[in-house]
Amino acid sequence: MRVLGIETSCDETAVAVICERQGLLAHHLFSQSALHSEYGGVVPELASRDHIRKLGPLIQTVMRTAQLSLSEDIDAIAYTSGPGLMGALMVGAGLGRSLAFALGKPAVAVHHMEAHLLAPLLEDAAPECPYVALLVSGGHTLLVEVRSVARYTVLGESIDDAVGEAFDKVALMLGLGYPGGPQIQRLAKQGDPGRFEFPRPMVKRAGLDFSFSGLKTHVLNTLKGLGKPGPQDRADVARAFEDAVVDTLRIKSARAIEHTGSKTLVVAGGVGANRKLRQQLMQQLGEQGVKVIFPAPEFCTDNAAMVAQLGLLRLQSGSREPLSIRVQSRWALEEV
Amino acid sequence: MKYLAIETATECCSVALFHDGEIISESELAPLRHNEIVLSMCERVLAKGETGLSQLDGIAFGCGPGAFTGVRLAASITQGIALAQDLPVVPVSSLAALAQAAHCRHGVSQVLACIDARMQEVYVALYQLDEERIMRLQGEEQVIAPARVDVDVGEDCMGCGSGWKPYAEILLKRCGKSIAFDADALPQAEFVAVLAQPRFERGETVSPTEALPVYVRHDVAQKPKSRTV
Repeated sequence: MRVLGIETSCDETAVAVICERQGLLAHHLFSQSALHSEYGGVVPELASRDHIRKLGPLIQTVMRTAQLSLSEDIDAIAYTSGPGLMGALMVGAGLGRSLAFALGKPAVAVHHMEAHLLAPLLEDAAPECPYVALLVSGGHTLLVEVRSVARYTVLGESIDDAVGEAFDKVALMLGLGYPGGPQIQRLAKQGDPGRFEFPRPMVKRAGLDFSFSGLKTHVLNTLKGLGKPGPQDRADVARAFEDAVVDTLRIKSARAIEHTGSKTLVVAGGVGANRKLRQQLMQQLGEQGVKVIFPAPEFCTDNAAMVAQLGLLRLQSGSREPLSIRVQSRWALEEV
Repeated sequence: MKYLAIETATECCSVALFHDGEIISESELAPLRHNEIVLSMCERVLAKGETGLSQLDGIAFGCGPGAFTGVRLAASITQGIALAQDLPVVPVSSLAALAQAAHCRHGVSQVLACIDARMQEVYVALYQLDEERIMRLQGEEQVIAPARVDVDVGEDCMGCGSGWKPYAEILLKRCGKSIAFDADALPQAEFVAVLAQPRFERGETVSPTEALPVYVRHDVAQKPKSRTV
């Protein structure tokens, strides 16, 4: 069985095809980050406009790469139907559901975050359930216990900004481009770690929820207090901000591991690419005998391989989408 | 010749099957629910026409202007079906569909089609019937404040579309004549199908991935001022 997967929930247009026996056959992605960079964040309408231009040609490219024909070799279509930007989701769901309809094949609507949670299963060295996943991206900050496929417990999440969003907004304050994560990481390297001490939000409180809005305001006030910050000031602020975020994520991840008794932590989402976060998690949790897994960068950020994979799993358990194009901007993980 | 037509640019969701000269159509006022019902409507018109998807020779769609998500929905469905069945596509203006409907229903030969574009603007274009009884665009489709509409219409011109509801007075003034208008008219797939016929016959089609919306409005995002302090 071969499943075509489509992902358009935010600012990446992605298509992949996965085979039940041979695994991932082809996957391609078009990132819109250059398009949104001058706006300091994703502009939903521009994202939707780009998805409709890119998705069709991307499907053709993937089929050519895999040397497959849509009408003869594809057994089902899977697409992200939420959570995400409504207009963006509608493009992938609209095209995907119609494609399945016209091919006379089943369609499967999948949950974007669930696809992220199971993305590590795409790798040869796949983690065994149960595991704890830290999902950190521009749209999400979540700690989830994955007991098995379709059995998830959200342990904690951000009560305001997603961590990647905080990186983007602070980057804007520092006069850096979008996406903010890599740029702040670069600037922070030149920063003095001892100059500013930013708060580690909610670490003193019990529980596993996050909050990054106050930290963001703290950055803004610090910059205002500096009057006209020079290059070193900015680097020092970037350093203090990155340290605060990394510390917070590390503390909460360790707490989630302790809480669940799990021996594996999977880190997914774009912020998972942050080097300091990787080092610190490996160091602290590694010492405690916890296996820390970072999926390959291409499966860490938004991609369609994870959508095709989850589509296949759902299909195998009998899931079928009715003849309706359904999207949900909000969709709790525990409702899948 | 057999082809499907889809129109979802406004609150009206409609599909039609052109079946060797006969048109079978369905239409429903379904604001914000087009995505849920449109494929079932396609399935029903195909069943009524005893036509399988593999028997189609093409697909036409209302490419806008209209609600952004609506026109993208029609485009994405068109792409999905056309890619699956390897079909040629004809994009048809949603304003032209309004004009063609006015001709078919009221016998008029000139139409000022006007769809409410929100933000105190309208999508507007003037159409004139040609010798093939097809409404032809005069000038270009615009998104503009109603008070800036600049057209030269005849006595027998008819106004059509949702833009005539809030702005009838201003539009009549801009026309300089007291013409009849139908503010309740919405673009429908039936007339997308009518307009697509000569284009399919002449081979004026595009490939599946070129089934793209025509937004007309392009200023949709503002660049932020840097918050650098």
